[in-house]
Amino acid sequence: MSGLLVERVGGPVLVVDDGRPGWAHLGVPRSGPADPAAADLARRLVGAPGSALLEVVLGGLALRLRGPGRWVALTGAPAPLLVDGRARPVAEPVWAAPGARITLGHPPTGLRSWLALGGGVDVPAVLGSRSGDTLSGLGPRPLEVGQEVALLEDAGRPAPLDVPPPAGSGPLRLHPGPRPDWRGPDPRAHLARCAWEVAADSDRVGVRLAGPALPLTRTGELASEAVVLGAVQVPPSGTPVVFGPDHPTTGGYPVVAVVDPRDLPRLLQARPGEQVRFRRA
Amino acid sequence: MTAGRVPGLAPAFLPAGPTALLVDLPGAAAGEAASLAAHVRAGSVAAGLSLLDVVPGAATVLLDGLDLPAELGAVRALVASWSPSRHGDVAPGRLVEVPVVYDGEDLADVAGAWGCSVEEVVARHTGAELVSAFCGFAPGFAYLTGLGSADPRRPGETTWPWSVPRRASPRPRVPAGSVALAGGWCGVYPTASPGGWQLIGRTDLDLWDVAADQPALLAPGTRVRFVAVR
Repeated sequence: MSGLLVERVGGPVLVVDDGRPGWAHLGVPRSGPADPAAADLARRLVGAPGSALLEVVLGGLALRLRGPGRWVALTGAPAPLLVDGRARPVAEPVWAAPGARITLGHPPTGLRSWLALGGGVDVPAVLGSRSGDTLSGLGPRPLEVGQEVALLEDAGRPAPLDVPPPAGSGPLRLHPGPRPDWRGPDPRAHLARCAWEVAADSDRVGVRLAGPALPLTRTGELASEAVVLGAVQVPPSGTPVVFGPDHPTTGGYPVVAVVDPRDLPRLLQARPGEQVRFRRA
Repeated sequence: MTAGRVPGLAPAFLPAGPTALLVDLPGAAAGEAASLAAHVRAGSVAAGLSLLDVVPGAATVLLDGLDLPAELGAVRALVASWSPSRHGDVAPGRLVEVPVVYDGEDLADVAGAWGCSVEEVVARHTGAELVSAFCGFAPGFAYLTGLGSADPRRPGETTWPWSVPRRASPRPRVPAGSVALAGGWCGVYPTASPGGWQLIGRTDLDLWDVAADQPALLAPGTRVRFVAVR
């Protein structure tokens, strides 16, 4: 077979592509990479735009290449990349010879890396996407040790030069949400006033933030309504959850703000315990 | 629970981030949000809108993937061209009959909550015409509620005026095909999942098929009748 043998995993490793936009009205999460720009760069570098690639949390991955050699590229959190024991650069196309062992060490910063392989990962598409969805279970489950992962034929050519996505900095921009009056008087001002710590139970569904609770200015139940990627939802506990790519399509708690999609990848790269700050868009 | 729209109360356009709007329909009747969503979906191409997702909720429709503020005017015009359907004809969608074996573990609890017999619970459930108002919770999970009564002598009534609390503790696993109630809603679990709704029966119908052109049997706007089988 032409593909990969999974020899070791550290954090969860998920197959992702561009996800399932257009199906939210049937309760299907969008899914897809936590940082679309970083995933796009990795795929362009190996000449496989739009293909399925691996989203790796905190490195610790070891793969054995089966079949022909491939171009590979790593973006996102800069996990040390070794090919047959040799250190290779991140965000560049790297040749992996037939039978090569590809390993990712623990990244010094960030949480998620994207590993693209020439041709792309070949798993059955569900509703037009090869993405694993950790909420609904659609698509492939996270990789397990001993699993063989098929790769599509590599017909692309690597891109030797590309422009990495600009690394943003500073507070994350907040847009108005539909229900600010439920956690008023000014939930965006409250969110911007203090530092928020990323909680340990954060994942692709949502990043949970610990900090001073927002006041409950309206109680009672909000009828379920659809929510967007980056929505800042505030349950009765008063501590916010920011929705990630596998978020539920509808929710029953008020959304008081929305994180700018250009800044959301930085929030999804924050490790549990790290602090983030917000500002008004 | 669905008092019908207050005449003259216009839809509100609430912000939902830089690329989305939430259209709020105050006092929407059952199925109205699904009706507006279908209208927007059908008209979005002609209106030149760049929509990715059109997602009804209980009384809202999310329009996601817009180029704002450039497309705001076209969105407002498209929503304004929708006429809220009148009482009793809110859901011209197709009718799906769902055969149910009424042997759910919570059937007696539901009868107790309503102060009626188990037979009466079944009679109410099979006697109502429901509509899929929106999907959520899991792929293909439809929130069903009563359509307005078609009987002109009973204006303002719905065919599903009954409510029941959630279970005090959710079950870790509810089998696929379970027919369940919670709040003023009825739902059928399309796949096995944890769940806190009261189980009244089960169906063999496939509610979710990713290989089908229409993966969800009970997509928003679909009318639903339950039929008791042994």
